[in-house]
Amino acid sequence: MSSLQFRAHPLATAAAQRAHLAALPLPVRFEAALAQTGLDPLRATGIDVFQLNLGKKCNQTCRHCHVDAGPDRREVMPDNVVDACLAALASTSIPTVDITGGAPELHPRFRDIVTRARGLGRHVMDRCNLTILLVPAYADLAAFLAANGVEIVASLPAVNSRQTDAQRGDGVFERSIAALQRLNALGYGTDPALRLQLVTNPVGAFLPASQAALEADWKRELRRRWGIEFDHLYTITNMPISRYLEYLVDSGNFAGYMERLVNAYNPAAAAGVMCRNTLSIGWDGTLYDCDFNQMLEIPVNHGAPGSIFEFDAARLGSRQIEVGSHCFGCTAGAGSSCGGSTAV
Amino acid sequence: MSDHYYDASDLGRFAEMGEEAPELWKKFLAWYSAVFAEGALSEREKSLIALGVAHAVQCPYCIDAFSSGSLEKGASPEQMTEAVHVAAAIRGGASLVHGVQMRNHVHKLSM
Repeated sequence: MSSLQFRAHPLATAAAQRAHLAALPLPVRFEAALAQTGLDPLRATGIDVFQLNLGKKCNQTCRHCHVDAGPDRREVMPDNVVDACLAALASTSIPTVDITGGAPELHPRFRDIVTRARGLGRHVMDRCNLTILLVPAYADLAAFLAANGVEIVASLPAVNSRQTDAQRGDGVFERSIAALQRLNALGYGTDPALRLQLVTNPVGAFLPASQAALEADWKRELRRRWGIEFDHLYTITNMPISRYLEYLVDSGNFAGYMERLVNAYNPAAAAGVMCRNTLSIGWDGTLYDCDFNQMLEIPVNHGAPGSIFEFDAARLGSRQIEVGSHCFGCTAGAGSSCGGSTAV
Repeated sequence: MSDHYYDASDLGRFAEMGEEAPELWKKFLAWYSAVFAEGALSEREKSLIALGVAHAVQCPYCIDAFSSGSLEKGASPEQMTEAVHVAAAIRGGASLVHGVQMRNHVHKLSM
């Protein structure tokens, strides 16, 4: 498995993905669905989450990855962008820094970013693929995260190896379990100061199950079989972007999945979408409404400054959000965000 | 009119059954929704029962619907396969237990 870019796949570019999404007729446009519940145009309500995407480099090549990340990717946030992000953060009181990638821990300044954000008194979240914690060169990473009180949001699609490995690669389940046990040994999942969240994306072309129901099952199973403790389970809907879009097209599920998303539109979920209180910063400093718009290369618009070098918290915090048919992924069923479902 | 009996897209036309009898359709939908709501059994357990029954009654629409439904309720492929085995065992067992009736009849007719 390699990235779409490495394979020069027809869906490798954001423009090709946008065109593929736009070519599919849907019964209703996302803006029209929003309008039915008085949410169009969708606007930000502030910035509570400063989400840094440090790049596309990753030690895994998951089949559903909306970033098209992998070991063959080279994009990493350069120093001047890191510095601009930290300066922008310092100029605000945004409470949460959400660090993602790729595998963000591979970034040479990952620890510097964490330390400085913590020094500013901000809550820091690391979107961790778990297996990075077992890479020999990162053997002290888990201890570093614990020492800095970083909340870990870790990917694990299923509590079995067949489904987990089908999505994330051979042997990933076994290593993920070992990584979780290592985190537990440091106090993650039991110490209230060391929060450990798990994230599950469906392994296929269907919507996630009820977050509350799954969480109870997962807590029981992970404790019973491997002695693992964690705080919460987040269910996240797969977005029709990048390698998951490739999967949908190749498996003949694209139209059916989009129809499922549209038919499951939930106005309560729409009101709580994460883009309303998140600012997403790309590896090159471009600003986006969310990580999904980032991968489709749809930057902030409607007069909001488009680069971290022009950061303006007031204008960005009240910006109009760019939407498209992929947004139905965040409003289907119980809703979906980086923090899991958004509606009951 | 198609020249075959089952078409997957017909599942999406299920609501057409309300056109000639809207009140009955409304009652069916209300009852159906209530049946599958969380109760003494979880939504996932109900979906797995439905999946098993779908195989027992051999309804391809129901198999599609409750395969998706079971996945979206968080059931694993292993649980779904076991549910189908339960249905198959009951179907097989139901045939086999009628063998007692066969034996009763044979005994009645035999010396």
